[in-house]
This record gives sequence, C-alpha cells and structure tokens, in this order.
Amino acid sequence: MQHHMQLSEEQQAILDGARGDTLARVMETLVRYGEIFGATTMVPVTSTYNHLVTSFGLKALTPVYELMDQLIQAGAASKQKFSADPRPLDPAVPSNILQNIVFKHFMYSKQDFYENQLRELGLMDPDAFTCTCYMDEVGNTPLMGEVLSWSESSAVVYANSVLGARCNRNSGIIDLMGSVVGYVPYFGLLTDEGRQADWVVEIKTSSKPEAQLLGSAIGMKVMEDVPYIVGLDRWLGELDEDARTYLKDFGAATASNGAVGLYHVEGITPEAVAQGRDLVRDGAKTYVIDDAELQRVYDSYPVVWKNPDARPKLCFMGCPHMSLNQLITWTERLEAALAAAGRSRVVVPTVFTAAPAVIKRFEETPYAVCLKAMGVIVSYICPLMYMNNPLCSTMPVITSSNKLRTYTTARYYTDDEILEQITGGAQGAKGGER
Amino acid sequence: MRTFTGRVISPGEAIAEAVVSHGGLNTLASFQKALQFGDKKATCGDQNNPDLYGKQMVGRALCLPQTIGSTTGGLVLYCACAMKRQPACMLFSEPIDSLAAAGAVLADVWLDDVSMPVIDSLGEEFLAYVQDGMKVTVRDGGVVEVA
Repeated sequence: MQHHMQLSEEQQAILDGARGDTLARVMETLVRYGEIFGATTMVPVTSTYNHLVTSFGLKALTPVYELMDQLIQAGAASKQKFSADPRPLDPAVPSNILQNIVFKHFMYSKQDFYENQLRELGLMDPDAFTCTCYMDEVGNTPLMGEVLSWSESSAVVYANSVLGARCNRNSGIIDLMGSVVGYVPYFGLLTDEGRQADWVVEIKTSSKPEAQLLGSAIGMKVMEDVPYIVGLDRWLGELDEDARTYLKDFGAATASNGAVGLYHVEGITPEAVAQGRDLVRDGAKTYVIDDAELQRVYDSYPVVWKNPDARPKLCFMGCPHMSLNQLITWTERLEAALAAAGRSRVVVPTVFTAAPAVIKRFEETPYAVCLKAMGVIVSYICPLMYMNNPLCSTMPVITSSNKLRTYTTARYYTDDEILEQITGGAQGAKGGER
Repeated sequence: MRTFTGRVISPGEAIAEAVVSHGGLNTLASFQKALQFGDKKATCGDQNNPDLYGKQMVGRALCLPQTIGSTTGGLVLYCACAMKRQPACMLFSEPIDSLAAAGAVLADVWLDDVSMPVIDSLGEEFLAYVQDGMKVTVRDGGVVEVA
C-alpha cells in the first residue's frame, strides 16, 4: 500500500509482510486509520494493560470472531494482557424462560467460544470483564501520560480525563490491533494540541447537578469536541472517591449521548489543575448550563414505553459499573429510604452492577448482607446487553444511567427519583400495566 | 442538481436514494437490532434519532454529520459490511470520526467483496441540501451529485 506516514524499520517491515500477511493487514489497517486523521508517525503503546469493548459472543458479530480467528491462527497474540467489557449474561439477574431461550440460542450463543478466543489473545484474568477496568480492585489503572490502545467509550473518557492517560476513541478491533503490533497512530487525543478545549462550559446550577444529566447535556452540545468545565469544582470539592464516581458517570453520559473522549474540569482533573485555562483554545465556544437547561434536556428524552404509566418491572443501576464507594453509599441511602417508607425490601426488582473484583471486595463488607436483605441483586452483567433482548426491551425498565437510556428502551430517572420508585417512598412506584 | 466534493475515505462509485440524519448517527443503536435479528433492510433502531428511526439503511446513501456513541461503532459497521447489510455509501458533512473511520478501513482492508464508498468533509451545505428520497451519485475523486 502507498502511505505517507513515517514508519520505523520494524513497522515498515511488518507492513511489507515480514511477519506474515495477517500482521501486514493489521499494520495497514492502523496506518490507513491514522492517516485519515493526519497522523505522520506511530507511537508505542506504553500502558501495562489494554481494554477491549467486545466482551459478548453475539451471533450477529460472527465476522468479528472470524477476524479474531485469523489473528490467533497467525500467532498474532496481543503484546499486552487486557480486560474486556462486562459479560452479557448472569443467572442472578431476573429473566423468564422465553427470555433465556433468546439469550442463549439466538443472541449470545457464541459466548463460550468468544471467551476462549479472548483467553488465547491475552485476557488478563478469567474475571476481567467490566467497563470500569480502571477501578483499583480490577487493577487496570493507567498512569498519567501513558499511551493506550483502549476502546469502550466510558473507559476511554475516564482514562483521558480523570487519570490523564492518552487514548483516542478507538473502535473495537482497532483496540486489539494496536496491542498486537504494539503501536498506535499518533493523532487526536494523543497529542497536546488534540487535548485543548473547544468549549468552555459554565455550570450555574443552584445545586449539585445530576452527573448523568449534566454529562448528557454536554455530550449532546459539544459532540466530539473537548469541553473545559468551570463551576463544577464548587460541587465536587476535590478529586476524592466521591468525585471520581461522579466523573465516571458524568463521562459515560458525555461519551454515549455525544462522542466526548476527553473533558477537563477546572480545579479537579489533572491537566486542568496543572494548566488551567491555558488548555482552552482561542475562540472556544461557550455553553451555559443552569437549572432550566438541565430541565430542558431531561424533558427532551423520548419515552418509548408502550404505556408511559407502566409500573416498572426492573431497575438497573450501574452502567457504567458501580464503584465500591457507590455500592456502599446506595446501600446506606436505600436503608434510610426504606425505613422512611416503612418497608424492609425494595418494591421494584433491582439490580446493581459492578466489576467482579469490586463485588468481591463489597462482599467482604457488612453492607453486602444488608443490601441483599433489602432485595437488591448485585451482578457483574452488562445491563445494555440484557436490554438488547427484544423480550426484555418491551419490559418497563428504569435506570439512572443515561448511557443505558441512549442505547435501549430503559427509562431514565434521576438518582432521587429512582430511590423513590424502588423504595415506594414519596410518590411511590407508579401503578398500571403496560 | 447540486454537486459537492469531499475527501475519499473508501473509494468507489454508487447511485442510491438518500436517507439523512441531521444529528450524529449512533452506529450501535442504529444497527444492532437489524444485525442481531437478520433484518435485510437494516431498519434503523435508534429511538433517539427521529430522522432515521424506522427507516431502511441497506442500499441507501446514508448522509450524516458524524457517528457518535459506543466504541463498538467501527466493528458494527464492519459486521454490517461483512453481512451485506451496509448502506450503498456513507457521506459525511463533517470530517469523519474515529469510529466510522475504523469501520470503513476495516471493511476495505479485511473484506474482499464489499463496496461501500465513504466520503467525508462534504460541508454543512451538503447536509442542508440533501433530503430523504433524493438521488445521490458518488463518483471518483469524492464527487457527490445530489438531484
């Protein structure tokens, strides 16, 4: 192939087929991908681990598994071990016989096959299935300035923004290919220039904005641009566990409701702390967010339930997966809300999702028994993959995840509204059937 | 008729009826149901995209600003191409995003018998002018005629 990128001797040799046709095609893919964005060089991937978005053995993705097979046959194992997104199935999550038939025979019939492929290619741990691989308990936490070949929009935006690592919004397959050759094209969010902000977002709300709603508003406004957010430090204080959890959910909403790969929060995120408003480009646009703007965004979400007044049959919390801190906080909030409502168990079947390693740690705390006693299921599942089952998508499912809302029929509510609904407090769960 | 010129991401020629998304196309939300359940028309399943929701994407000239959402986007496009469920062409008014670019390159490099010309940077005027049902002709060199 003709190319303009300046490749090292090793990279050129791979492209020329010195290590076989399959690796040559991998390199061709990365070179062509990079050249579209003006990359003139490839740079080494420097993180310890990779993270892949594809974790599900979905029959519809058979062409992907065939491509993976080509890599395995060619001996093109990943140079890095990696984590992958959450598993799509967990028997602990409520599902009926028909839904299970669809899950196992029509949708995820290739799950075992695909997990075998992942192990052959370099899965870092048999249970390394989560979208929040950067949690301490999981152990795939990149350092500031490290170059990644990750995918999974919520993980990429967190790694870039909160950890200060450098990663483009890579697609599935491209993620693995970067790891196979050990290089990624140098462009976009890997460069200082690409990390400059195109927008200044001014937060002027009267209370701490809901993370998932704020992220949605910003994502829909700036799309793939980089926002520099001012006024949020007033509500977050410092980059502690609470703030990290907030930014996890906020970032996931910016990335799924728009295409944000990096944001800066003044006084909070590492590059904003180090460089301040020097990160903002000349001529950056301004977006002001007040209470009215958040309400406008909330009201704009379509309600796709057949019966908008249906009684919820399931509640999913944890897309992206919950942190340990979040599991504990929600246990405490549930306890208090149920006590206030005069109940001991949730009135809507409720699933909290988290990384297997986080669940393990949570189960070592006294909160786990308490949460279970309140009727809440803790699972490692990907709620999105659950909702993709057409027999599940017709169910009235509620969530406080704006990512889940975007990709499925699940209906978004704020955290407080979710708490009310699942505990039957205040207004209580809504009546009626769809 | 108006003619627009953009940058060639994947080469080729095509003549097809336009379907237009004025907002970002969420690739996973748009294609997943169609690929999963063998919908030969690849009906758009993204409830948040009022322009495209419920419309056929296979064989159409898909006109859009960029793609958004999940980083499965590129592999979903790749699968759509491998399963012959792809649009006739993809025409971006803006510079292409990294996910759509990945899908286009993967299909071009790894699939031998698939053609899906992809042109980007056609400009805001392109997206303002083109409407559902218009005839779109993609020629060599990134030339797009809309009538």
